[in-house]
Amino acid sequence: MLFLSQIINGLQLGSIYALVALGYSMVYGIIMLLNFAHGDIIMVGGYVAMLTIAAGVHPILAVILAILACVVLGVMIDKVAYAPLRSSPRISLLITAIGVSFLLENLAQNIWGANARPFPNSSIIKGSAINIGGVHIGNTAIVTIAVSLLSMVVLTFLVQKTKRGKAMRAVSEDMGTAQLMGINVNNTITFTFAVGSALAGIGSILYCCTYPQVSPTMGSMLGLKAFVAAVLGGIGSIPGAMVGGFAIGMAEVLVRAAGLSDWTDGAVFAILIVVLLFRPTGLMGRPMTEKV
Amino acid sequence: MAMLQVDSINVFYGSIHAIKDVSFNVEQGEIVTLIGANGAGKSTILKTVSGLLRSKGGSIQFTGHTISSAAPHKIVSMGLAHVPEGRHVFSQMTVEENLEMGAYTRSQGEIAPGLEKVYNRFPRLKERRKQVSGTLSGGEQQMLAMGRALMSQPALLMLDEPSMGLAPLMVEQIFEIIKELHKDGVTVLLVEQNAQMALSVANRGYVLETGKIVLSGNGKDLLEDDAVKKAYLGG
Ligand SMILES: Nc1ncnc2c1ncn2[C@@H]1O[C@H](COP(=O)(O)OP(=O)(O)OP(=O)(O)O)[C@@H](O)[C@H]1O
Ligand SMILES: [Mg+2]
Repeated sequence: MLFLSQIINGLQLGSIYALVALGYSMVYGIIMLLNFAHGDIIMVGGYVAMLTIAAGVHPILAVILAILACVVLGVMIDKVAYAPLRSSPRISLLITAIGVSFLLENLAQNIWGANARPFPNSSIIKGSAINIGGVHIGNTAIVTIAVSLLSMVVLTFLVQKTKRGKAMRAVSEDMGTAQLMGINVNNTITFTFAVGSALAGIGSILYCCTYPQVSPTMGSMLGLKAFVAAVLGGIGSIPGAMVGGFAIGMAEVLVRAAGLSDWTDGAVFAILIVVLLFRPTGLMGRPMTEKV
Repeated sequence: MAMLQVDSINVFYGSIHAIKDVSFNVEQGEIVTLIGANGAGKSTILKTVSGLLRSKGGSIQFTGHTISSAAPHKIVSMGLAHVPEGRHVFSQMTVEENLEMGAYTRSQGEIAPGLEKVYNRFPRLKERRKQVSGTLSGGEQQMLAMGRALMSQPALLMLDEPSMGLAPLMVEQIFEIIKELHKDGVTVLLVEQNAQMALSVANRGYVLETGKIVLSGNGKDLLEDDAVKKAYLGG
């Protein structure tokens, strides 16, 4: 029975990684950028939810506000920092992304202080654990897994079936030809950032409910691990990000269950190294072909 | 007024002066061909017309509107479609999704009739509508690229080397389709290395050499021209 509850833990953590990894992968798929500021968007989402609830805003509204804040921030980062560099070398973009990440962390530290602050998780996810065949499953776990899966279903529908989603796939496969179809590439990139950041916002709330505190640097480790998940799944691949997220979550929980708690982060980055050495395209990534 | 009027465009890749003061025009209802050797600048000209590249100075007018600085997606919605060299189908999307992308500038209601028209013209695509287009043969991909462009209901269709890499029978078929499209009222700007085929379907042609137009005339005359014969028709 201990095994089952570990599986649940793995799914819970994994589904958060998956949500965050999706943002990395989608942005990489469309503009070939590892958006290292993605993790910090999550941090901002956490603060917005915490502060609005503290100000007396209804928790549901606070969650919506936090997600919206993530969307606006994600789109703004693209417009202000990345869009002017569209035709610059990719390394300039990457360095800019790292700069934006530092900027957000330091701003947060200046505004909200460096210390971790408690997150009002119990006002967002209420109720107690349920009991299935002697296994306690926490309410947060159920909500986290359910909300994540639902988000992924909605995303898959969006990307596979809607006009905008198809345009997104077209742009990420071949930007020049997408323009020849009449697709407005800039709008499509904005849309991608918006969707990725919304998922980060959802992930942010779920993460803060699981580990109920917020701090200026909370997004960096979460972001890095989600990045590893995206690489494991195959950066640029949407199903890959989902699979990679769950795999990393499971791996972490299993390492911890084996009594090696100190090694969980190390294990995640060991996975990154192994993937990069032996299968750089990840589990589900397309082979790296040069775009003509 | 010409449907497409290109006046002294100059295009650069960094310091490489790829297109030098090129002017030409396409009248409504014509098939006009641009021929020239590898690297002459044919693709560069088409990309400049469709807005993917910019000219330094000069002007490009389409149906009376200046498009020299319009965004590519705006130009498509004005009725100018460009089938790029090498087809560039979205290889991870299905045949039908590719066609839907072609209709991106059209309203939702125009997609179904558009698909039907394209499927009538290219029955092979209909059989394969659910197939991922990266797995199509070269000829099928060319049909898809052309069908996709037709989905935008263009007044002017620009084709960049549609016969490239295809078996002779397939080349015949593609040129048959170009003639049919022309008969149905589509104006065509055709870039080809297969000068023989291109000139035999074209009303007029321009010969391009290292970024300059060196010769122009109607298709028949160019086919008979000694310099053209020598350079492009194998004797
Ligand atoms: N992206 C680029 N960067 C630098 N130079 C380029 C680029 N694209 C094309 N060129 C150069 O511009 C010139 C014209 O190229 P273009 O592709 O227009 O020729 P083309 O007539 O279409 O040739 P082909 O028949 O081989 O397709 C060539 O000298 C080519 O090397
Ligand atoms: Mg060419």
